[in-house]
Amino acid sequence: MDILQKERKLKELQSKIEELDNVELIKKIKEEIESYKNEAMSNLTAWDRVLLARHQSRPTALEYIKYMFDEFIELHGDRLYRDDKSIVGGIGTINGINVTIIAQQKGKTLEENLERNFAMPHPEGYRKALRLMKQAEKFRRPIITLIDTPGAYPGLEAEERGQGEAIARNLMEMAGFTVPVIAIVIGEGGSGGALALGVANKVLMLENSIYSILSPEGYATILWKDATLASKAAGVMKLTSFDLEEYGIIDRIIKEPLGGAHYNREETFKNTKRAILEELTELVKLQPFELREARIDKYRNYGFFQRFNYDNLGGVKR
Amino acid sequence: MNLSNLANALNQRKKQKQKFKVTRKRNYTDKSIDVPKGLYEQCPCCKETVNMKQTLENKFVCKHCGEHFKVRAIDRINLTVDPGTFVEKGLGYITLNPLFNEGYEEKINAYKEKTNIDEAYIYGYGELNGNPCVIGVMDSYFLMGSMGSVVGEKVTRSFEYAIYKKLPIIIFTASGGARMQEGIFSLMQMAKTSAAVLRHSDLGLLYISVLTHPTTGGVTASFASLGDIIFAEPNALIGFAGPRVIEQTINQTLPEGFQRAEFLEEKGFVDRVIPRSELKLTLSRVLRIHRRYN
Ligand SMILES: [Zn+2]
Repeated sequence: MDILQKERKLKELQSKIEELDNVELIKKIKEEIESYKNEAMSNLTAWDRVLLARHQSRPTALEYIKYMFDEFIELHGDRLYRDDKSIVGGIGTINGINVTIIAQQKGKTLEENLERNFAMPHPEGYRKALRLMKQAEKFRRPIITLIDTPGAYPGLEAEERGQGEAIARNLMEMAGFTVPVIAIVIGEGGSGGALALGVANKVLMLENSIYSILSPEGYATILWKDATLASKAAGVMKLTSFDLEEYGIIDRIIKEPLGGAHYNREETFKNTKRAILEELTELVKLQPFELREARIDKYRNYGFFQRFNYDNLGGVKR
Repeated sequence: MNLSNLANALNQRKKQKQKFKVTRKRNYTDKSIDVPKGLYEQCPCCKETVNMKQTLENKFVCKHCGEHFKVRAIDRINLTVDPGTFVEKGLGYITLNPLFNEGYEEKINAYKEKTNIDEAYIYGYGELNGNPCVIGVMDSYFLMGSMGSVVGEKVTRSFEYAIYKKLPIIIFTASGGARMQEGIFSLMQMAKTSAAVLRHSDLGLLYISVLTHPTTGGVTASFASLGDIIFAEPNALIGFAGPRVIEQTINQTLPEGFQRAEFLEEKGFVDRVIPRSELKLTLSRVLRIHRRYN
């Protein structure tokens, strides 16, 4: 039974209580539900977390922005082609600190999702993000990015306008900024489309968010030729926040309330805000060139391999 | 003796010294180009029977239709650098299995045997018509040329070597993208290699990226698209998403020539499409124009 089925069962039980009128019985059943909930929601599999990360009522980026920032002014367009609504960008303040905010925005309803293209950006989205981040560099504002995307949009027009180039450019330019950059994965961190906003001094992840090279479905299709093995794929892909922290890919996990972020939005936002502020106060102590070098060095060291010292073959020794 | 003459003379001397150093070390030109099994094979493009020996002499290009066949990394180096000048760097890397993927090690070992290289990327020092540079080549015969930790590390090292030697770098890309078997580590190689390009670029050094068939996924979305100058071989498939994924997404067949080198040139993402026969000359001319005398 996965997390969504458990959720449905809990809802069923809760709706049944309302039909009762015996106070004693209601109290007893409520306690039972609570203990069931505790048990059901505390031992999550990787697949459960995938489902939570994609959950219908999971808070989206704009909700985070509305709660966490004192003010936010959205800015549109990449100045080259058009405004991509799957990426929201703008300026604002968090506890009085001026920042630039870039976020991938999912929709709540089908209509919203069509407008936001299911948070799958086109090249112009990444170019808008880059434009705003370059402004942040100019005006010495820290950059905060919220990541929540299944991936960059794999469409005909996206290719025509250079999806690969747009992502590559972001990766390179983000590495070189001399202002603090904090990236937070709030839902799905899908592949290069997520990384294109994720080259940061500190990468944070919500507890039940995921970050991976491709979707578990895609992984199962490519390696096992069977998309139905997605839940098994999620288990081996190491895409949960805990796995990634262990591997040193992310710096910090932000705690979510029991059952996922949507059970207590305010608590989630509060935790996230606290984490951002703590990281920010550390980062602003660093000199501009230190911020840049630290970021490049951080990414320089990612990799999982071994090396022999081949003296006799004339390779470069370091 | 004026200043530029002096610089020329110094450079000549430096080159001679380098050449002396280089020829003592292992080089690939002693090896014969490995001929495919059959002497006569059918061209996948025009379906004509082609003499493979002639094709090799023609730089792996079909005599009938001009189709550019895929080239192994070692052959590419033979086609590109001056004989006797190539010195391979960055040897001795061992691919590991971070996700404990079943059968991954065996697969890697099988490819090692088959392709005679350690991983899908080799690099080193080389000269093109006398112009020194660092040259890196991806090999699409090695697990689709996919970029895992070792490929990402070696690409990064090749840029660092170019920085250390203050040399321009040329990279021939041929890759299916990031290597799924290594999961998130492969993804991180995109950021790592892009940052390496930045450091090289910061020093005012030249990076030429040559996109060959096929260059897709995480490689297109990182160092391949970041060259100061980007060349491509005719009819090479270049893109971020694979054609099949796009067809599934938009639910229609793609137009003829979509994501091919000529298409990218038309859309403005490639500086020039250059046939293989003229590639070396063009590269060496570009290197010469970027030569620095200080
Ligand atoms: Zn042919």
